[in-house]
Amino acid sequence: MSYPVEQNEKFAKYAHPERLASTEWLAAALEGGALNDGKLVVVESDEDVLLYETGHIPGAVKIDWHTDLNDEVTRDYVDGPAFAALAAAKGISRDSTVVIYGDKSNWWAAYALWVFTLFGHEDVRLLDGGRDKWIAEGRELTTDIPQPAPGEYPVVERNDAPIRAFKEDVLAHLGKPLIDVRSPEEYTGQRTHMPAYPEEGALRGGHIPTAASIPWARAAAEDGSYRTREELEALYLGEAGLQEGDEVVAYCRIGERSSHTWFALKYLLGFQNVRNYDGSWTEWGNAVRVPIVKGAERGSVPALAH
Amino acid sequence: MSTNTLPAALAEIVDDFQALSEPERLQLLLEFSRGLPDLPERLLGHPELLEQVVECQSPLFLTIEQERRDDGGALGYRLFFKAPPEAPTTRGFAGVLHEGLDGLTAAEILSVPDDMPELLGLTRAITPLRMRGMTAMLGRIKRKVAAADRLHS
Repeated sequence: MSYPVEQNEKFAKYAHPERLASTEWLAAALEGGALNDGKLVVVESDEDVLLYETGHIPGAVKIDWHTDLNDEVTRDYVDGPAFAALAAAKGISRDSTVVIYGDKSNWWAAYALWVFTLFGHEDVRLLDGGRDKWIAEGRELTTDIPQPAPGEYPVVERNDAPIRAFKEDVLAHLGKPLIDVRSPEEYTGQRTHMPAYPEEGALRGGHIPTAASIPWARAAAEDGSYRTREELEALYLGEAGLQEGDEVVAYCRIGERSSHTWFALKYLLGFQNVRNYDGSWTEWGNAVRVPIVKGAERGSVPALAH
Repeated sequence: MSTNTLPAALAEIVDDFQALSEPERLQLLLEFSRGLPDLPERLLGHPELLEQVVECQSPLFLTIEQERRDDGGALGYRLFFKAPPEAPTTRGFAGVLHEGLDGLTAAEILSVPDDMPELLGLTRAITPLRMRGMTAMLGRIKRKVAAADRLHS
């Protein structure tokens, strides 16, 4: 049994309001003892591996994108048994409602939510505005680490195809819309990593031909919450030129920033077929003989040599 | 690599980390992040005097200053760091370097092996990607100290 869905005016305009929770709603749910029976589990997922330890929402457990969700050896996500063990250890059962939040406008939280979705977890929601909004509103934080009773989580095989694109999928997709969510400097090829972030080694700079440049953070308001439906439509339907029914692929550098955009396109604007290309620029910018466009123009689909 | 080439204070910190389990090491790093001193007044309003270490995942700025030691002997180097509280991992490592190296001579600081961060036993818990910023921080300090030392010798 999933936890009741929040109703409010902002969310009601989105295609899938059941994928969001507001800070007010969560605070009231916690107040009402929602975490006591494991029906609702709150998960924090941040860029900084120690941020949770400095203080978190009372009762929230931590999932680290790098050490918990990525496979240690292969560049891939954890498999079914590892995910089941992780979820159970965090007190999450298959039918739990999971609310995820994190730092930087939920950048990493959206990534964790996307990985939960690869495993078909049915009821997983994002806390609109994330950690920063919760703190800005002066809400309670604690450094107490909860010891949840283990959840019951079956081994579920990942189902990548509906929401995850691989390099070959992107090559086959060329001609249909792509959204590049990196910074303008990365898009044009001036640089291959985020401003002020580590160089992660891409041999070529630029973007995938025809991709529209909509940096991910433009989907977030100043308080870290998602922009309204009207604002998101202006961004993705207006500026990027997406049309209803389009199949879309979003990418960034390693697939985390584009999870935030993936969420907006899929759940807030209601595009049915949106995939996140997690190989992203660290793969495309190093791959041999894939087409690349440099500069601010989107470019056109080249005739591929087969 | 052993700790016997490290300056005494840094060697002690490394020993402390190595004596702990992995979760305890993270906790200790968190304590170092809390212990990182604020910038002194004279540097607070002068961001131009600090250099950003761009390899760090979160914004980290640092600078060094020469200081004659109390005994009138060799020149020591004071280390100053600035990192936001939302970046405890970055702050933690800055705290380790501050406690381990602040006030030492150029020779002592330059003797620290470049891969010293790996001695803390955090690579698995923090991931190699995040460790890279730490290594870059140490490298930046060593480069600045070496440059300042050349001017004075």
